[in-house]
Amino acid sequence: MTPAAPIISLEQVSKSFGKSGAASAYVAVDRLDLQIVRGQLLALLGKTGCGKSTIFNMIAGLTEPTSGTVTVDGRNPFQDFDSFRGKMAIVFQGDRLLPWRTAVQNVELGLEMLDVPAAERRERALHWLATLGLKGHENDYPHALSGGMRQRVSIARAFATDANILLCDEPFSALDEMTGRALRAEFVKLVRDNGKTAVFITHSINEALEIGDRIVVLKRPANIAIDLPLAATTPPAEKEAIRHQIQTALAA
Amino acid sequence: MTMPEAAPTTSTGWASALGRRGLSYVMPFVVVAGLWQFASLFFPPFLFPSLVDVFKRCIDILTTWSQLADVLATVGRILAGLAGAFIIGASLAVLMVRSRAVNDFLSPILTLFQGIPALSWVVFAIIWFHGIEPRIFFIMVMTTLPAFTFQVLSALQAMSRDLVEMVMSFRPTRAKLFRVMIIPAILPDILTAWKVNLGNASRVVVVAELVGATGGVGYELLQQQQLFDMAGALAWTLQLVIFVLIAQAVLSFVESIAFRYRAVSERSL
Repeated sequence: MTPAAPIISLEQVSKSFGKSGAASAYVAVDRLDLQIVRGQLLALLGKTGCGKSTIFNMIAGLTEPTSGTVTVDGRNPFQDFDSFRGKMAIVFQGDRLLPWRTAVQNVELGLEMLDVPAAERRERALHWLATLGLKGHENDYPHALSGGMRQRVSIARAFATDANILLCDEPFSALDEMTGRALRAEFVKLVRDNGKTAVFITHSINEALEIGDRIVVLKRPANIAIDLPLAATTPPAEKEAIRHQIQTALAA
Repeated sequence: MTMPEAAPTTSTGWASALGRRGLSYVMPFVVVAGLWQFASLFFPPFLFPSLVDVFKRCIDILTTWSQLADVLATVGRILAGLAGAFIIGASLAVLMVRSRAVNDFLSPILTLFQGIPALSWVVFAIIWFHGIEPRIFFIMVMTTLPAFTFQVLSALQAMSRDLVEMVMSFRPTRAKLFRVMIIPAILPDILTAWKVNLGNASRVVVVAELVGATGGVGYELLQQQQLFDMAGALAWTLQLVIFVLIAQAVLSFVESIAFRYRAVSERSL
């Protein structure tokens, strides 16, 4: 059987900030090769400042690599930026809700960009808010919602567009342990049920083990230290061995 | 040091607190009006006319079409000038925020404009333009343009980068980016800019009309000065003051609707 073609591909990708070649230039990503296949839930794990968010921004098309090639679904996400409208959704570290919009209006944001008719837009936004347990808070402004509720709204906003690719940049790191765990479980279920491809950035080993069906540990500057496949059926003892491997890689 | 007042808990308490606040707002005006009326008993009308005479002149202006037309002409000039300055200023601000070169080029020029007195712009306008309306429009635009540009520029620069990045991740068209992100984000600063420039514009328009017009509040004030008619001068001035108060109230009303999303702290600054 031939392996599935990658939907996201980074080939020899480097990104440096500051004047290229100058002593002051900061190399965030160093000749990274990474392929992610359709339907995979990849946990990208690394220490703070190792270049995780830079990789994320390059896949999202928000930053251009200094060298190398990034392709998503066969296209360059930076140069063909508009062609990914509705095909890629992002859950950020903070909720990043627009303060002048109610919860439902925030969820409708991505659908507005896709010119979805108003009635259908509202129906889909309400559906996702209800799915994420926010029924009754549709018309609340962000300031009236708790941190966990706001993050749920931002997840609903990402799912509402029905994008095939989800990029998540430490979306639960600012939440308390209980809320974070509950949202993580909901998130994984939604990703699996809806057949999405997801890249989940995290600096927490526990989070990576809970979420990913593949864990990539990054060294600094960002390049793959270890690449570990993981299955829901992986026995606890094996997971402990993987945890040890990750800890060793992060400590190196 | 005074102790803070206890918060009123009943509806009667709120009414009396509201009454006290209203009284404290009105009281200074009542005192000034009383002193003026008192002075009118001892001085000739061309120095301190009776408030009754001033009130009658105000009613006369508002009920005589030819005089009301002068008030409306001035109001129109203020609004047209502000609208022109805002459109040009906002466009320049967008160009400045998009290009450092444009910013570096325009910033010193606008700063230079800020240093030019309104009266100088009046003289330049009289020399450069023939018609009255183009002259006044030019003066209004040139005197309020730098403030509008710098205020919109500052608002654009202060926009949350995180929110812009979030909206950009949905790949909006330029028009949608403006509608869903940029305009709501800078609206508070735009309204503040209008409030500040409204006061400035109402002062500048009088100077412009005083020198370069044959109608309007400024022109009428010149007539009153030549007739030594203090009641008329006050009545015409009040027309402009009332317009500014109404316009500020309209802007405050718009603010109260547009910014209802803002959290209100129970403890004020």
